[in-house]
Amino acid sequence: MTDSLTCAELVELVTDYLEGALEPAARRRFDEHLAVCLGCEDYLDQIRATIATAGRVTPDDLDPVARDRLLATFRDWAGSDPKV
Amino acid sequence: MDAAPSGLTADTTTVAALAARDEATFARLVDHWASAMFRVARSHVSTDASAEEVVQDTWLAVLRGLDRFEGRSSLRTWVFRILVNTAKTRGVRERRTVPMSALAPAETGPTVDPDRFRDADDAYPGGWKVFPAPWPSPDHGVLGRDARTVVVEAIRELPDRQRAVVTLRDVHGFGADEVCTMLDLSPGNQRVLLHRGRAAVRARLERHFGATARWGATP
Repeated sequence: MTDSLTCAELVELVTDYLEGALEPAARRRFDEHLAVCLGCEDYLDQIRATIATAGRVTPDDLDPVARDRLLATFRDWAGSDPKV
Repeated sequence: MDAAPSGLTADTTTVAALAARDEATFARLVDHWASAMFRVARSHVSTDASAEEVVQDTWLAVLRGLDRFEGRSSLRTWVFRILVNTAKTRGVRERRTVPMSALAPAETGPTVDPDRFRDADDAYPGGWKVFPAPWPSPDHGVLGRDARTVVVEAIRELPDRQRAVVTLRDVHGFGADEVCTMLDLSPGNQRVLLHRGRAAVRARLERHFGATARWGATP
């Protein structure tokens, strides 16, 4: 391994970087590369934008909810149990 | 996005509403946590139908056990703890043997097409051939409805484990530690799955924005 990081290497480290999982030396190399590489800076920004967009997804859109069945369960429970 | 109401005071209010048989409160929680609950359940059992049963059984256990909620953890933490226990018990009964700890071959290798980087004999090996095209600013749609639709589609198409991790971390805002515990993952593997999932979703957004050409520099 050379001292500096290539773009191809950096893109595979972005998650470790964002998660704070890089060793100090590796983090320094990452920051040094980022400071001089517009392409990688954009790539990292796009990963951040991806995360931000995922955070705005309405969770109900992602998986089918067996809503009717769950509400039926709720009504059964609400009807049978004595009120607290 | 985290629990609909945040904070323990809100949790106490929510629990009181459930105890008072408020169906709207129940429906709101069910909808809000559905994808996270389903993904956690699905990671421990063999089929989608079985995962739905686990979610169903969990809610019933939550409702029946409401008076045992003491507010020492958040309501979400409490509900998901019951969920994980229910799912694991069922998983054992199904003798599910898929080892969650090992990474599949599809979970290794580069996450960005190697063809986008310069060859070993180039003056700048491993450098971008063409920089990623810039995306629109948040004002111009990166966080907008179209982008969210693309992200939903991309997450749905992820392999199961990546889908679970990205859904829990990035859509629902669970912490890395929580996700490791709920899915029985090592911290390293959790990061690998998150990394691959995020890279795949980013690639989908890149295609989406590339198709809406005026944002992209032409390679």
